[in-house]
Amino acid sequence: MSATVRKPPGLLARALDSDFVYAFSRSPVAIVSFAVVVICLVGAFFSPWLAPHNPFDLASLNLMDSFKPPAFMADGDAAYPLGTDDQGRDILSGIMYGARISLFVGILSIGFSLLVGIALGLVAGYLGGFVDTVLMRVADIQLTFPSILIALLVDGVVRAVLPREVADNAEIYVLIFAIGIARWPQFARTVRGSTMVERGKEYIMAARVIGLSSPRIMLSHIMPNVLGPVLVIATLNLGLAILDEATLSFLGVGLPPTQPSLGTLIRIGNDFLFSGEWWITVFPGIALAMMVLSINLLGDWLRDALNPRLR
Amino acid sequence: MIGFILSRLLQAIPVLIVVGFISFAMFAFVGDPVTIMLGQDYTEAQRVRLVHELGLDQPFFVQYAKFMWKALHGEFGVSYRLARPVGGLILERLPATTELAAVAAVFALVIGLPLGVYTGIRRTSFLSRVVMIFSLLGVSLPTFLIGILLILVFAVLLGWLPSFGRGDVVHFSHWSTGFLTLSGLKALVLPAITLGLFQMTLIMRLVRAEMLEVLRSDYIKFARARGLSQRAINFGHALKNTLVPVITIVGLQIGGLLAFSIVTETVFQWPGMGLLLVQSISVADIPVMSAYLLLIAVVFVAINLIVDLLYYAVDPRLRMVRRASAGSR
Repeated sequence: MSATVRKPPGLLARALDSDFVYAFSRSPVAIVSFAVVVICLVGAFFSPWLAPHNPFDLASLNLMDSFKPPAFMADGDAAYPLGTDDQGRDILSGIMYGARISLFVGILSIGFSLLVGIALGLVAGYLGGFVDTVLMRVADIQLTFPSILIALLVDGVVRAVLPREVADNAEIYVLIFAIGIARWPQFARTVRGSTMVERGKEYIMAARVIGLSSPRIMLSHIMPNVLGPVLVIATLNLGLAILDEATLSFLGVGLPPTQPSLGTLIRIGNDFLFSGEWWITVFPGIALAMMVLSINLLGDWLRDALNPRLR
Repeated sequence: MIGFILSRLLQAIPVLIVVGFISFAMFAFVGDPVTIMLGQDYTEAQRVRLVHELGLDQPFFVQYAKFMWKALHGEFGVSYRLARPVGGLILERLPATTELAAVAAVFALVIGLPLGVYTGIRRTSFLSRVVMIFSLLGVSLPTFLIGILLILVFAVLLGWLPSFGRGDVVHFSHWSTGFLTLSGLKALVLPAITLGLFQMTLIMRLVRAEMLEVLRSDYIKFARARGLSQRAINFGHALKNTLVPVITIVGLQIGGLLAFSIVTETVFQWPGMGLLLVQSISVADIPVMSAYLLLIAVVFVAINLIVDLLYYAVDPRLRMVRRASAGSR
């Protein structure tokens, strides 16, 4: 035997050697969709520095530049690779800033429904009994309705309840609330299911015996063990939440033109479809579809890769 | 059987009561109908009289009971935006949405089912792969984008089909139909495809997955060993057994069809209930919103009931299971 003791590999080396990374490197779909998601994230979050123009800077807009077709067409301008809209705003920059808003709303609303779903799921699963029955009944009833319909109605009601000045300034948060509240039952159900399994295990009994409080047990003992499946569902729901936001903005009840998400851009462009300026609506549409498709593919892959039964 | 239907009906009642309650809460507490209906100038006496006429001075549960009683009679109050009874407004818009949803559902089934069977049987053929790639697009593209792209290609560039409205409709007392005129039929094509495409891809992928599952099973192998024809195996044995999940999804997707008809109707300016709802939400027209919510709850409860009954008809095993576990739910 050699005297040299092999140093345990570092965290990064272990991560790179894992089954997970191996499965990832063998799946072209996962790699491509991961790349697209990363491009979208980078393009969106660094849009103020990366975008060729600032569509919100009114001083830089020139109406003479309006309705310029994409650069590859006959009268295109190389300064505006995907053309300009009716105000002379660059479409590419608009998409980058819009994707930022779409992702912001999507991520925050999923975060919100995760928060609500995990909390209610833990309580329902851990306490059981009457609380559980009531919460799950409500979830069942809500699941009967498509989430987009719930988001639409919640959005409409919240706007009607808030005073006008508040509602106009808080539109983005109203939207996040509406989309988030429409999706909590899925998370709550999953968490409830795994909480009920965990509750019966010995370590929870031990925690009870040493006199820990119920909230403490739920938060620091059960929650870490039930989080995995929920996070995978969250990835799959992120794409749907982004679509919800785009749909509501397209319907004109989402974000106003002063905070244009991809959906708002598509709605604005829709007005010019008949006069032949198709690029104003088609390019934001392609960007939205690519973003959602790659998030969905990545979510699908993640679900399969983390599911030991499918290996 | 009758007991089963009754128990399902009893389960549906709490749902309707809860939704009715939410719908009433919206109606009663969101916005202030009195100030909206009185306008700018009014005296205190006028206000008190209107409050009394609207029954807003009565106890909460009395108001709720009255609201539900009126709703049962098709009275949902007066639209703030259009100053007309909501019941009549919705009734007027109902045929447009029903026809659109029905055509979309038929389209989704007639195209989706055969494609699912084909891609399930000929899993590796070139055509199957092309279809599968397109179906992935169908799932990821938002409904409104599909509508816009179809308008761009078939209405703007090619000019084959109209891009908005219902075309000419024929009226029968309460019902108006676009099925009987050429322009009505033409106007249906693009909205129906837009609305049905997502459901079609869903049905197709589901049927394919189920077919793959079933074709691997022992009784299919046995049917092959008995020397039955491919057609008898694929359609008589395999397809039949894929139908239970398909019925569930198709049934539940009818609700989805109604929800997404909101989007499709907005894209195509289709004069249905969805367009009415969107226009109402943007100006906070609460009576229309609460009536729509109640109506859609009734539709969904009815659909769930029908889906349950269809299970019963399609899968004989369920009858046994239900009988065995009766009372345990």
